[in-house]
Amino acid sequence: MKQENALEAISVSCVFKINQGLFKGSKPLVAVNGVSLKIPKGKVVGLVGESGCGKSTLANILLGLQSPTSGEVLYSGKAASGFSNRHIARRIQPIFQDPYSSLNATKTVKSIISLPLRIHKIGEPITWDGKVREMLDLVGLPARVAESYPSQLSGGQRQRVAIARALIMRPEVVICDEPTSALDVSVQSQILNLLQDLRLELGLTYLMISHNLAVVEHMADRVAVMYLGRIVEEAESAVLFKEPKHPYTRALLSSVLTPDPRLGVPDTQLGTIFPNPIDPPAGCSFHPRCASRIDICSQKTPAPHLEKQHMAECHLFSK
Amino acid sequence: MSDKKEVVLEVDNLRVDIPVSAGVLHPVRGISFDVSRGETLCIVGESGCGKSLTSLALMGLLPKKAHRKADRLNFLGQDILDFDERQMARLRGVKMAMIFQEPMTSLNPSYTIGNQLEEVYLRHMASNRLEARERAIFLLDRVGISSAGSRLGQYPHQLSGGLRQRVMIAMALMCGPDLIIADEPTTALDVTIQAQILHLLAELQSDFDMAMILITHDLGIVARVADKVQVMYAGRTVEEGNCESVFDNPRHPYTSGLLRCIPVPGKTQPGQKLGTVPGVVPNLVGEISGCMFRNRCEFANDECKQLSDTPTVLDDGHAYSCRLSTNEIDAVIGD
Repeated sequence: MKQENALEAISVSCVFKINQGLFKGSKPLVAVNGVSLKIPKGKVVGLVGESGCGKSTLANILLGLQSPTSGEVLYSGKAASGFSNRHIARRIQPIFQDPYSSLNATKTVKSIISLPLRIHKIGEPITWDGKVREMLDLVGLPARVAESYPSQLSGGQRQRVAIARALIMRPEVVICDEPTSALDVSVQSQILNLLQDLRLELGLTYLMISHNLAVVEHMADRVAVMYLGRIVEEAESAVLFKEPKHPYTRALLSSVLTPDPRLGVPDTQLGTIFPNPIDPPAGCSFHPRCASRIDICSQKTPAPHLEKQHMAECHLFSK
Repeated sequence: MSDKKEVVLEVDNLRVDIPVSAGVLHPVRGISFDVSRGETLCIVGESGCGKSLTSLALMGLLPKKAHRKADRLNFLGQDILDFDERQMARLRGVKMAMIFQEPMTSLNPSYTIGNQLEEVYLRHMASNRLEARERAIFLLDRVGISSAGSRLGQYPHQLSGGLRQRVMIAMALMCGPDLIIADEPTTALDVTIQAQILHLLAELQSDFDMAMILITHDLGIVARVADKVQVMYAGRTVEEGNCESVFDNPRHPYTSGLLRCIPVPGKTQPGQKLGTVPGVVPNLVGEISGCMFRNRCEFANDECKQLSDTPTVLDDGHAYSCRLSTNEIDAVIGD
């Protein structure tokens, strides 16, 4: 059985040059370091990690907004270099975190949602109004908001507008970059339910980027954990949440605060040192914060260890 | 457990009024609570429920246009309701301190953190720079910042978000306050750092025997750190009580609705529909009679238009403002 991948990254790296000062030259910052990630068609892949780990850079590369320094992105098995940005945009659309800044405040909702149609010259202009109404209905907004401006809408309504804009082109893949973290809990659940419904209705594929692991567990089929530009663990969602291997994943999972009044605040034992991405630690990049480090961790970079579709990059498992 | 702890802050019927062009906005409509030494009170609610204005009202930091009213506002046995700005300035930072959400905007980027830490101490404690420096180093060390001495010369932009929030906490502790008000102290941080900061706050609170008011929208945080909980909606308290009682036995439809909104690993099935609380917060301009939540409540009927303000009190101080009897709600939610 061969699973078709809607989107695939093959050892993608992205290096930025960071200026150190006027006479000091520049140093490389490896934001994404040889990442391979498969996003099977019709599935939801979750991507989790702390800020600064390269999640958003990876998302930008997948969206074609940033070209990788090395490596390749495949769209439905074909290399991205063969496609124009315009072509990529028709197949992959983003939903961003903050609906307050991702919508143009001077345009009406109708104009915001129909912009992709205008740019890509899809259909006759006369049909656009109808399409916008259809999208508004699909994301659960009343037709009257078409003439409103974003400032007249609540946070949840704005995020619905952002979803409508992403879906009007009927893309195959939607990259959701923290789609609910700017929203209230009662609105968050509505948006998550909507994303689920739309996925089933339109057969979408999602890459779900979030630091809220409870949300990722709820939505994703497969989860990748990223740390300092590397994917350090990847497995089916049910497996990863039940039997996390990498100490970093375990720390992440223990930091999830479930509303259980009988439990206190967990001690993650991660320490306060956050590694400098310009000057990453030798060996395993997680070893200065790791509670179960052994001697080899500071000397040798661990190789990926794959067992039953469960990948972990840690010396504790690679023997 | 048996000895009664000293009550640090007592608030009775606190209100905030802000005149706007359409009338008078009432973001806080009469809330009451008290906190004792060593106790953590969590105020939880969604944006616009008045939780942040409540904290600013307590600190006397409301915008000039806003008016604070209360039946009683006692801090360490003193009535501070009619304190003027100079009297409040002598309390703020010394006896009551605040930790804000965004450590980047609440630290001054053009001064070193040593400078900012020492300033509080020099301003209030009539001491010299050397003592202030010692105190700063002691506290930076205490909040888990390594090589504290050399950190004093650094600027806020040289620190990561988690370290900045630790500096904010150290700054709040400089003069040994009796009350800490933390307004969404971890919202801007990563989950791992959030757990660390909350862990640290809880530890410091018991070590220094302070009262703490923690304001958040995250029910997970509330459940883990609170002793007492106040659930706010549209400027009023809809449910209050001790933490276990509120989470195990939520009585108000808003509280139970919020709890059903969040996915909980192990409890909710992946992909299953989450509960929702449809609708939006009512407009807070002018008086609103009856239950504020009725336009979003699945149990609401005509009676809710004339809800009295007296909450139903269960045993153990757990109280809620809803006309529905426990049995009526159980009949619907129970299964």
